[in-house]
Amino acid sequence: MPERVTVTVNGARVDVACGSTVAVAMILAGQPCRASVNGESRGPLCAMGICFECCVAINGVPHRRSCQVFCENGMEVRTDG
Amino acid sequence: MSDDGYEVAIVGAGIVGAACADEFARRGLRVILIDREAVGSGATAAGMGHIVVMDDSDAQFALTHYSQRLWQSLRPELPEDVEYDQCGTIWVAADEEEMAEVRRKADYYSERNLVTDVLDEAQLKTLEPNLRPALAGGLLVPDDGVLYPPCAARVLAERAQQHGAKLQLGCAVERMEQGCVQMSDGHEIRAEFLVNAAGAVAPALTPGLEVKKRKGHLVITDRYPKFLRHQLVELGYLKNAHAVTADSVAFNVQPRRTGQILIGSSRQYGAEDKEVDHDILSRMLQRSQEYMPALGSMSAMRTWTGFRAATPDKLPLIGPWPGDKSLFLATGHEGLGITTSLGTARILVDQITGAQPEIPIEPYLPSRNAKEQVHA
Ligand SMILES: Cc1cc2nc3c(=O)[nH]c(=O)nc-3n(C[C@H](O)[C@H](O)[C@H](O)COP(=O)(O)OP(=O)(O)OC[C@H]3O[C@@H](n4cnc5c(N)ncnc54)[C@H](O)[C@@H]3O)c2cc1C
Ligand code: FES
Repeated sequence: MPERVTVTVNGARVDVACGSTVAVAMILAGQPCRASVNGESRGPLCAMGICFECCVAINGVPHRRSCQVFCENGMEVRTDG
Repeated sequence: MSDDGYEVAIVGAGIVGAACADEFARRGLRVILIDREAVGSGATAAGMGHIVVMDDSDAQFALTHYSQRLWQSLRPELPEDVEYDQCGTIWVAADEEEMAEVRRKADYYSERNLVTDVLDEAQLKTLEPNLRPALAGGLLVPDDGVLYPPCAARVLAERAQQHGAKLQLGCAVERMEQGCVQMSDGHEIRAEFLVNAAGAVAPALTPGLEVKKRKGHLVITDRYPKFLRHQLVELGYLKNAHAVTADSVAFNVQPRRTGQILIGSSRQYGAEDKEVDHDILSRMLQRSQEYMPALGSMSAMRTWTGFRAATPDKLPLIGPWPGDKSLFLATGHEGLGITTSLGTARILVDQITGAQPEIPIEPYLPSRNAKEQVHA
């Protein structure tokens, strides 16, 4: 298993240690996750799949909880629609 | 202790009671609106908020059509958070048999001055691309809409208060009869007219009233903007909803302004507890995916249940309760009380003030229910 994996967050490459969740990639990328219904930025809060504040689109599937998904090489993460 | 000086005391501040309070107050009557909990916290908080014209019977059509027009004229006065959107309904026909029903419905509506549009398979696909292929078509009713019921109830209660109505929350009513409302804290409120608008629990306050609870489940998804544009209801719904005893599910989905999708619907008799019933819930979601397969990959945020107030003939009870001259009913609205709240308020207040109602009221009078009981 490679020690590092690379994903993209809104098109920008992010390198993370193997075994990191997408939430970690979001923090390293300095990007917020979902937007609230009023447009406020949200990010990981509970890190255990309960709060849904860390949702992002992963490989085109919207509303995935980034704290519950491990990074894989080439994964595309988006928060911009 | 007693509070006097009211002409009308309404028990139940759901959307029906709130609409009645608004109508009474605007016509100059001194009214108090009472609820043991918050405004719009009963079935009103659980409902879908589909403002829909239905034609199970002529009387049902008359009241829903009248009410739909009242909602449209109220629309400019509704604040943003009521989320009124005139998205239209599409009655979805799966096969030729249901297309025949589409054409019957279109004729029925157009004879009564309601505009509709018969859709073939291709037109249906264009309007709602996420429906499965090979459906027969549908009927678009462009004047139908959706709103967010608890906020609508709040707005109606606020309007009532602006016209001088009093709102009393947080104390249950134990009895209401002979011009007197007895509160659980011992307090009494007297009024010339009492209105039982307690929804599905109305019989607890007016024994002998034939209203039964009919449980429903709803699911709300996360936000998927533009996935769905109209409220979609399967026409098989009619066959299902007509079954008065068996549990049933139907494809019924609603676009919310946030991009969320509200998924219904189920109907159950004899289920008195609020718990989510996973068997009927999975049947309901299965049914919705038969029509819209992509719903299956969406994430659901919340599931809940609510109770419709069902009468034996599926028409609401609006008018005097035989045997107590002070007592009037405004309940039994089954799955249409959000829609018919405004029409109900009009014709109830017409009866009490002696004004001429704009639609015939006989089909909704509680005395028809009492007669049935005698014969039953
Ligand atoms: C799943 C579901 C989906 C639905 N979808 C739709 C839809 O799309 N369109 C539509 O038009 N309708 C719909 N309905 C129906 C609609 O929600 C109801 O008909 C409507 O909310 C009834 O309003 P109400 O004011 O009569 O009753 P409620 O909202 O139940 O109000 C009754 C009030 O009385 C109060 N109360 C009761 N007992 C007492 C007491 N002893 N003392 C003091 N207060 C008391 C309660 O606290 C409550 O607030 C749906 C219903 C369900 C369950
Ligand atoms: S951080 Fe709470 S669900 Fe992911």
